[in-house]
Amino acid sequence: MKKRRKELAVVVSQEQLADGIYSMWIRTVSAADAVPGQFISMYTMDSGKLLPRPISICEIDKAGAALRVVYRVTGEKTGTEQFSKLSAGDSIPIIGPLGNGFPMEKAAGKKAFLIGGGIGVPPILELSKELECDKKQIVVGYRDAQTFLREEFERNGEVYISTEDGSVGTKGNVLDAIAGHALAADIIYACGPGPMLRAVKEYADRNNIVCYISLEERMACGIGACLGCVCQTKERDSHSNVHNRRICKDGPVFLSTEVEI
Amino acid sequence: MNMKVNIAGVEWKNPVTVASGTFGSGAEFAEFVDLNRLGAVTTKGVANVPWPGNPTPRVAEVYGGMMNAIGLQNPGIDLFCERDIPFLRQYDTKIIVNVCGKSAEDYCEVAERLADEAVDMLEINISCPNVKEGGIAFGQSPKAAEDITREVKKYAKQPVIMKLSPNVTDIAEMAKAVEAGGADAVSLINTLTGMKIDIHRRTFALANQTGGVSGPAVHPIAVRMVYQVSQAVKVPIIGMGGIASAEDAIEMMLAGASAVSVGTANFHNPAVTMEIIEGIEEYLRQNQMNDVRELVGAVR
Repeated sequence: MKKRRKELAVVVSQEQLADGIYSMWIRTVSAADAVPGQFISMYTMDSGKLLPRPISICEIDKAGAALRVVYRVTGEKTGTEQFSKLSAGDSIPIIGPLGNGFPMEKAAGKKAFLIGGGIGVPPILELSKELECDKKQIVVGYRDAQTFLREEFERNGEVYISTEDGSVGTKGNVLDAIAGHALAADIIYACGPGPMLRAVKEYADRNNIVCYISLEERMACGIGACLGCVCQTKERDSHSNVHNRRICKDGPVFLSTEVEI
Repeated sequence: MNMKVNIAGVEWKNPVTVASGTFGSGAEFAEFVDLNRLGAVTTKGVANVPWPGNPTPRVAEVYGGMMNAIGLQNPGIDLFCERDIPFLRQYDTKIIVNVCGKSAEDYCEVAERLADEAVDMLEINISCPNVKEGGIAFGQSPKAAEDITREVKKYAKQPVIMKLSPNVTDIAEMAKAVEAGGADAVSLINTLTGMKIDIHRRTFALANQTGGVSGPAVHPIAVRMVYQVSQAVKVPIIGMGGIASAEDAIEMMLAGASAVSVGTANFHNPAVTMEIIEGIEEYLRQNQMNDVRELVGAVR
């Protein structure tokens, strides 16, 4: 079996994209096998903060052996605040890549929605770069005019924006943007907050569209051992033998019809 | 140098195992550590039937540790015997199966089921703070703990380790009770019941409201309790609670533990058990000691 380990990645660059939103490139061997939709466990240097922070992969540079993470600082004195203070040359302990990515092969010849909301927007960027499909419609929802990563999305497909305050694009959420532009798709990939994913799942059910959603939950181990981050499933899962699957190991991407959210 | 220890007649190649629930049945960690190098693997608790566990969030970080309220989600003994035991048997390590239940009958059913399986020891979890039945019912009354030990011993073919709760007034009394009931060894401590509140949302951090606190923050409490129990009983002690380094493990052995379990630290570094084993060996070399057993209870 291939051995894996916690490694010391090296920060290549760090910049702030919006209020509380940071972008960091790190040099890591994890880049070699990474695919869109996977995450990495990032550890703080504070020995009192033991647990890894699971952060989705925003971009993958295999040639440069580097990964980009775009993350939100969740408050003062948090692990994510510590990450935001790292600069080029600093080390950061990580394990990655973890979990399963978006099944991109399902999009061949199809019209796709790539939906991201809030801090669920970043993993959609690498997906938008790598996905091969007939029509690539990127629908991203933000709180306000701080539409981070927008220009980068515009290089990869048709971009539709929603903002909660109506300052950019459609006022409302991503489904309002879809309705407002009378968009249609026959496959959906989505990552974002729980209420958004529930609405997207319902939309997909109603319109009979194949839909993959990326879930998040508080994690402890990040590798499938502790059973901290489960989601409920419609059918009995073969590993757990109950109606639970592990978000870190079996996900984070699930077919929307197999999970109860 | 001898690293072998003998726990209730079972010889481990070294005194380091993992705490139940932090390591699954080893499969996920096999990517990060050589399971052959562990003294034993202690599995996630298993019951007679599958348990779904608690709602999420099930885990939260606290400074110097964490809290969990997984609620003993497990696949049930049938799938466990079919899948997890054969997996572990591929490795040259001892297998300790942690057993949970809601009634005496549940525990006995699992013990009986495991009697003919290729496992080395049973650890009976009467101390989980996150399920009503099986935790409070058996782990906080000396009489109930003694009775359940005696019942399980009737069915178990392997040596029985009783896992004790720190959420009691006098843990030495509990240890004496399970020893009187026929326990072959004791393990301690399980997690300490705690609570965390998110002040921004004004909600409980865990869906279960309360959870078990573990990690380095609880280590001094565990060392104290292991010492107290070592003064009260003759059966061997497997010490656990916040062990994150070789120094922590050695401290636990000096307090009276014949072996140690590493739990929460596995989440901080999946390979920490390997570093702890190497660190204990290094300590013995530096102190011109030839046998790891010289550490047990050697505090003066």
